[in-house]
Amino acid sequence: MQQRRKLDQKQINQELLSGNLKTPKWYIPTMLFLGFFVVTGFATILYMFNKGLGVTGLSRPVYWGLFITTFVFWVGISHAGIMISAILRLTQAEWRRPVTRAAELLTVFSLLTALFFPLMHAGRPWRIVYWLMPYDFARGIWPNVRSPLFWDPIAIGTYLTGSTLFLYIALIPDLAVLRDRTTGWQKVFYTILALGWRGNPRQWLLQAVAGILLSALMLPIFVSVHSIVSWDFAITPSVEGWHSTIFAPYFVIGAVHSGVSAVVTMMALMRWLWKWNNHIRPEHFDALARLLIVVATAWLGCTFLELIFSVYGREAPEIALRELMIFTWPWNLLFIIFLLTGYIIPVGFWIFKKARNNIVIMFWTSILVNVGMWLERFLIIVPGLARKQPFTFTWEAYTPSLVEWYILVWSFAWVSFLMLLFARFFPLIPLFETKESQVFTSETKIGRATVPVIYREED
Amino acid sequence: MVTENKESKFKWGMAVDIDKCTGCQACVLACQSENNIPINTEKNFKNARAIEWIRVERYWEGEFPDVKAKFIPILCQHCDNAPCEPVCPVYATYHTTEGLNVQVYNRCVGTRYCANGCPYLVRFFNYWEPEWPESLKNHLNPDVTVRSRGIMEKCTMCIQRIRRTTRNAKKNDEELKDGDISPACVDACPTDALVFGNQKDENSKVSRMKNDKRSYTLLDNNLQTSPNIFYLAKIDHDKKESTHHEEGKHH
Repeated sequence: MQQRRKLDQKQINQELLSGNLKTPKWYIPTMLFLGFFVVTGFATILYMFNKGLGVTGLSRPVYWGLFITTFVFWVGISHAGIMISAILRLTQAEWRRPVTRAAELLTVFSLLTALFFPLMHAGRPWRIVYWLMPYDFARGIWPNVRSPLFWDPIAIGTYLTGSTLFLYIALIPDLAVLRDRTTGWQKVFYTILALGWRGNPRQWLLQAVAGILLSALMLPIFVSVHSIVSWDFAITPSVEGWHSTIFAPYFVIGAVHSGVSAVVTMMALMRWLWKWNNHIRPEHFDALARLLIVVATAWLGCTFLELIFSVYGREAPEIALRELMIFTWPWNLLFIIFLLTGYIIPVGFWIFKKARNNIVIMFWTSILVNVGMWLERFLIIVPGLARKQPFTFTWEAYTPSLVEWYILVWSFAWVSFLMLLFARFFPLIPLFETKESQVFTSETKIGRATVPVIYREED
Repeated sequence: MVTENKESKFKWGMAVDIDKCTGCQACVLACQSENNIPINTEKNFKNARAIEWIRVERYWEGEFPDVKAKFIPILCQHCDNAPCEPVCPVYATYHTTEGLNVQVYNRCVGTRYCANGCPYLVRFFNYWEPEWPESLKNHLNPDVTVRSRGIMEKCTMCIQRIRRTTRNAKKNDEELKDGDISPACVDACPTDALVFGNQKDENSKVSRMKNDKRSYTLLDNNLQTSPNIFYLAKIDHDKKESTHHEEGKHH
């Protein structure tokens, strides 16, 4: 808490709007670099649509591969927002303030990206749009409500709507600040978006109530979204390694693990890119890392429970699959990397306070977590399909093609591109939250030291 | 979810006598030409994308030199409780009142979820637009849809033949006799290992084979799929008793 500095409002405005009122030097080269991957990535996707899914490495038993893995991965990342902005808001964790918006933003953009993947996976997206999106009431043809693939768009659609509203409501006061500091077309742009915000008490009350209501309403989504994604697999009894009852909590906790780690990665980047050292401080990394130790350990527990459940049944095919996953080349290499990057290396660092307060270490360990979490999904989805029991005649290997790898790279570039594009026009750290935090902050004497204290929000 | 429709006179089924199967692949070829399945090239097999609505799996049993080959033709089991049906988001796969599991090509969006649900791996995805050599283009069966890319397809029990025969019988006011209808694979089988018929007719050949003591269904004990394809176990003359394929079920 010693790192907290008293800042006046003018300084807060100057620092946090620095990226919005003028373009930083690194911005255009970075956007061009990401833009290259975005454009070529979209070209690759169009090429795949044109030629057919034959250009992927998918085959007969391995019908689901990199696309579904990456879909689950991005839905997992999206749990960042709801964890930070809803749960931490309701539990009144004061340190959440500077990262709420960035986390919520990550949610919106990763969900948007996740939605691309099932469409690409089907190969002819216009058919999905035709059959699933507008219900064909006229001919009485309904989608199949028993299918988890029908639950998915509903869960993700709800989450995306909620997150977008949440993001926008928290943005309104800051939009008004920008409106008052810009000219020309930008002023018109911000004026329209600010919805006539004048900052009177009634508007503040409504804004606060809406925020709290939305975070409470989104709590069930926190549990439901990744549970539903996990049921895509868990309800399929014919694939060994998929039909596990623990999948829903296992996926949710894994999603929080990867999502919060992604927030850590993003915070480090924000601190380095915009030099927001006064706002994103080592204490924030420390708090997130402590949260992550708990989440990661719970997640590891689920991982092993899942293994135990599968072996406990003593079904030969299930045991054979685990043997393949854990002991057979090349899956054993993936499994070891998955354990090391998903838990052992990051948590090994996080248990030391020095490492938790070291931003470089936090940045790289949080990236490792997401490498591990991606591998986790891959190890859940592919081995079971490649070794469908007991017809050994049809066993196959799966090597993702270059097209699939490139689309994976595209998805990362696309999310970063969207985030940076947003950051150019809107402040990534909420101004009003920062100021509110300053108001709540006071100083108190404990012994000889003077330390800042924070009044609770409800008073 | 067993959809036993009382109104229909038919419940189609097939019996496969593994003891008679010589692994000649005539059924595979007949199916290929009857159902407009694109040519499976070497590349297709290497990429594991070959489309064979019926395939003959070959398993070796025993240690050298006492090795025996066992052939088992695998086609869609037309399960009464099919795992592929509930997972399709658009009802592209459904059960007819005559006990067939069928695919509606026009509704299929290509999620391939049904194929994951199917434990028998008898659902096939068109990864490419199907192509035939010029010389074969006029040989396509006009009664069967040519499936474009991005679509799942599977054995229909030659539904075009079932429809044609039942329609003609109705038109001529004739009763359908056992053996009137036969899918292409059954027609082609030189050893009569494959038998097709109506399970509701107790005297049909398929019903009798279904109730044979050698009869079993695939994976039924584990997954409760209730298939409508009945396998008759191979008779091992050295052991003088019938051997059963893994996890079979007696009837």
